[in-house]
Amino acid sequence: MRYLAEFRDGEIAQRLAAEVRRITTRPWAIMEVCGGQTHAIIRNGIDQLLPPEIELIHGPGCPVCVTPLEVIDKALAIASRPDVIFCSFGDMLRVPGSHKDLFRVKGEGGDVRVVYSPLDAVTIARDNPHKQVVFFGIGFETTAPANAMAVVVAKRQGLKNFSMLVSHVLVPPAIEAIMSSPTNRVQAFLAAGHVCSVMGYWQYPPLAEKYHTPIVVTGFEPLDILEGIRRAVRQLEAGEACVENAYPRAVTFEGNRPAQRMLAEVFELTDRAWRGIGVIPSSGWRLRDAYRDFDAEARFDVADIQAQESAVCRSGEVLQGLIKPNQCPAFGKQCTPRTPLGATMVSSEGACAAYYNYGRFA
Amino acid sequence: MCLGIPGRVQEIYEADGVRMGKVNFGGIVKEVCLDYVPEIAVGDYTIVHVGFAITRIDEASAQETLRMFHDLGILEEELKPEDHIESVAPPACPVNPWGGAGGRAKSNNQDKK
Ligand code: SF4
Repeated sequence: MRYLAEFRDGEIAQRLAAEVRRITTRPWAIMEVCGGQTHAIIRNGIDQLLPPEIELIHGPGCPVCVTPLEVIDKALAIASRPDVIFCSFGDMLRVPGSHKDLFRVKGEGGDVRVVYSPLDAVTIARDNPHKQVVFFGIGFETTAPANAMAVVVAKRQGLKNFSMLVSHVLVPPAIEAIMSSPTNRVQAFLAAGHVCSVMGYWQYPPLAEKYHTPIVVTGFEPLDILEGIRRAVRQLEAGEACVENAYPRAVTFEGNRPAQRMLAEVFELTDRAWRGIGVIPSSGWRLRDAYRDFDAEARFDVADIQAQESAVCRSGEVLQGLIKPNQCPAFGKQCTPRTPLGATMVSSEGACAAYYNYGRFA
Repeated sequence: MCLGIPGRVQEIYEADGVRMGKVNFGGIVKEVCLDYVPEIAVGDYTIVHVGFAITRIDEASAQETLRMFHDLGILEEELKPEDHIESVAPPACPVNPWGGAGGRAKSNNQDKK
């Protein structure tokens, strides 16, 4: 592991951490929502630079981790069909479904391909007119504009053999679900920077006010994260609860308007189940009626799937910040990144994988 | 997958009615959709997520981020998803959570030229 202190700007980091120590008088629990931030925190030992009063709770902001088991099972069923080329971001290939994962399907002869961009899947559909090409459209608000564009381009090109298995999730409803839960321990949130690059942060002031909870829009680099924590602690100590933008170089209040227009054109709100957490009202997007022809769930009959969750995995509690990954009895024993029992051990942004990869066994 | 990497726009063109471009990420050049950043010009920096530019950023902070991502080995990891998977996936699954033999195929190289 390489600690932040070894880097060029280790000195600034030390100064920020010293400032957090100076202003902290009481214990505070702060949640970083985004898995990318969890990864950066553990990788750089940011939590260990902080005073012991500050606890970082790792949030559910990893789309790979929260994609419901039923949807993974549907993906596996579709990908197993001989007439299908199934395209996905690489992170999804080892996410365990009820009985197998996409890697296994590929090993059994399924045509499963990793793409970098959803537009690559559209190109594959154009190049393979005799195959059905299905893209696994998962992700938060950051990924959704890309997936929306892929559907629009496919429609514009009149592609009859392209469809998308859509399971988009949204950050603000998840934050609200955590805030309103009776077991909630989170006192301030670091909002995910790139989600806000797309969506802006106009959705957050009502939440901060309603739950009297500071929300700080935070970037992904170690210094960004320390600065986000410093601002959250300052507000907590002062008894304030407002929304601050600690990532102004990539985030504006209104966000990316062209992307938001495209999202509104292609998607509509829907209730969505989050793996390990349960259904959160209006927490996801699905294709609008105008784009239903591109809905893989409608195109392939996958309605009767019975999902069966692992009895061992406690990723639901991990995702809600109720336990740390290394408190799961299977952590590092039956469950490792090579033999993952839960999605949080698969994705590089999952909390269990971050703890394992950076040696947090105790 | 969720990270977002800054890069420099080095070429802009249209493909199938979509504004596309070539973006250079500290030496690795990828084709990127620029439709959501209509104001962007050649030479500008942008944050790219799954092949889409989502916001414009200034050069100094882009360079800083690229240097740090390079130091941390994140650039390669994010931009070469296939290689990353090969390195994470085991040759065979020693403890198969579903029982039976662990099956895993070689991944096709679907990477863009
Ligand atoms: S360590 Fe493995 S089994 Fe335990 S919660 Fe994490 S993913 Fe699930």
